[in-house]
Amino acid sequence: MSSSVRPETLGTADATDAAPPGGWGLSLFWSELRVLFGRRRTWALLLALAAIPVLIAVAVRLSSAVPAGRGPAFLDRISQNGLFVAFTAMLVSVPLFLPLTVGVVAGDTIAGEANLGTLRYLLVAPTGRVRLLLVKYAGALAFCLAAPLTVGLAGAAIGAALFPVGPVTLLSGDVIEPPQAALRILLIAAYLAVSLAGLSAVGLFLSTLTVVPVGAMAATVVVSVVSQVLDQLPQLEWLHPWLFSHYWLGFGDLLRQPLLWDSFASNALLQAGYVAVFGALAYGRFVTKDILS
Amino acid sequence: MTAAAGGPESRMYGLTIETKGLTKRFGQQVAVNALDLVVPQGAVFGFLGPNGSGKTTTIRMLLGLAAASAGTVKLLGMEMPGQFREVLPRVGALVEGPAFYPFLSGSENLHRLDAATRHAAPGTRKARVDQALERVGLSHAAGKRVHAYSLGMKQRLGIANALLSPRELLVLDEPTNGLDPQGTREVRNLVRSLAADGTTVFVSSHLLAEVEQICTHAAVMSAGRLVAQGPLPDLRRSGSARIRVVTPDGGPAASVLARLGLAPEPAPEQPDGQVVMAALAGLGADTGRPAPEDIVAHLVAGGVRVRGFVVERESLEDRFVALTGEGFDVVQ
Repeated sequence: MSSSVRPETLGTADATDAAPPGGWGLSLFWSELRVLFGRRRTWALLLALAAIPVLIAVAVRLSSAVPAGRGPAFLDRISQNGLFVAFTAMLVSVPLFLPLTVGVVAGDTIAGEANLGTLRYLLVAPTGRVRLLLVKYAGALAFCLAAPLTVGLAGAAIGAALFPVGPVTLLSGDVIEPPQAALRILLIAAYLAVSLAGLSAVGLFLSTLTVVPVGAMAATVVVSVVSQVLDQLPQLEWLHPWLFSHYWLGFGDLLRQPLLWDSFASNALLQAGYVAVFGALAYGRFVTKDILS
Repeated sequence: MTAAAGGPESRMYGLTIETKGLTKRFGQQVAVNALDLVVPQGAVFGFLGPNGSGKTTTIRMLLGLAAASAGTVKLLGMEMPGQFREVLPRVGALVEGPAFYPFLSGSENLHRLDAATRHAAPGTRKARVDQALERVGLSHAAGKRVHAYSLGMKQRLGIANALLSPRELLVLDEPTNGLDPQGTREVRNLVRSLAADGTTVFVSSHLLAEVEQICTHAAVMSAGRLVAQGPLPDLRRSGSARIRVVTPDGGPAASVLARLGLAPEPAPEQPDGQVVMAALAGLGADTGRPAPEDIVAHLVAGGVRVRGFVVERESLEDRFVALTGEGFDVVQ
């Protein structure tokens, strides 16, 4: 059995291990998804997100025509085409609602297990610490995808229920058919999922610092707000491209014909940077941490 | 690799747990101080000590949850935490009380923890979970959310988790905490049956009667130090024995005992008579003291109506208190 012994860290050499019969932690990943999406809190978060497009659609339906140019982008187009509920709701949920829910899930990753005491049992099972960190982060990413997807799909559904559905006019002036528009909704959800990857990594790191999950959740949400506030200050223009929230609203490119992938690529690169930095910090903190909870 | 891991190498080694100079410091405070723990294979090892004496910290270091400030740990003949991936699948543990996801059922919790074990075969998972639940008598509550479990049920579920796979070592931290007398008895029987199968069991406890009943070996911690360790009979032997006479004739009994060279002292009266006790320093012929049967003969010959006569060996509790101090103000 060739295993590298590193006394200074507590069981970190996962990557060198041969594939065990249980697979590469896939079993634990499925279990993580079951625990995450099986618990009521996650459903409450997703329901709250789904309520956003419903509220928007009902409000528009009940009011007289929205004057063009007022309110969030696309709002004035909803009454002509229900699919715009999805676009509007996704746009509206970016600054607060998505970071809030992702903050809850990402902040809970390690601190939540520590708080329940299950962390020590996962580790003596044994789950390597790196493997646990990866599985936990993968679970948070799954939620990052589920959250905007919920907003988009709920938006499309309620839009189709309350308003006529027809060809969608893109920002570039081109017109696409509803099936293609649905594809764009999925694309935007993917864009937002990528956008939230950096914040999730920050949350994962914060979660390794405490055994009080609420603290890590709140801190993660605060970080996302601070990042967005800094992004608004013209004096800090040099900093803006480095803020993880910088491209959060940049998915307009996905509503053009032909598709522009520039902002998607810049966003992905930036988020990858955050994942690398905060992933490394979380690793550094977690593998040497004494689990005393 | 399992063949090699469970093979003759570790068997020959003979020691299931071995620490050398194991030390844990939290800032200025020394929680565990230069511990040399030796747990032979197949032992039921009682790990004793008052609250705060460093038992749980030691267990955390044994299992690789906390890093030692100094010293080494060997479990099953292998270095911890370096070889945790080979060691821990063969170790079942209950550390500082059970902990579960309250929103999952008992069996879902076990499935989750088993999925976290890399070497556990997913194919047999359901069967193993069911078997473990049955072994601790929780089959009827398997589908119930842990949220609705009583403390005793959680404790059993914790033990079930430790039994999910065949283990060579069980580390049980206060396993009878929160259990009713029946539950305590079941845990005792469980430990005995596991030990009979050759599993080494390391039980930490402050319930001495508990340890006295099931353990073959024990170690006593006090203020982070190991103050005694060894086979249970050896630990007890270093203490003394005393006799206890129950009789309606307290006065005559005391004088007979005094004539025999013993130091009688009155003890609280019982419903069936007065009680006289006397220390019996070292039993046996070589000490020159009368044998217990001779004492009874002398008492009867002296006209004392003996209703009860007991030779009491010092209990583990007396020994424990002698080692760790009396009362709440134990050394911290």
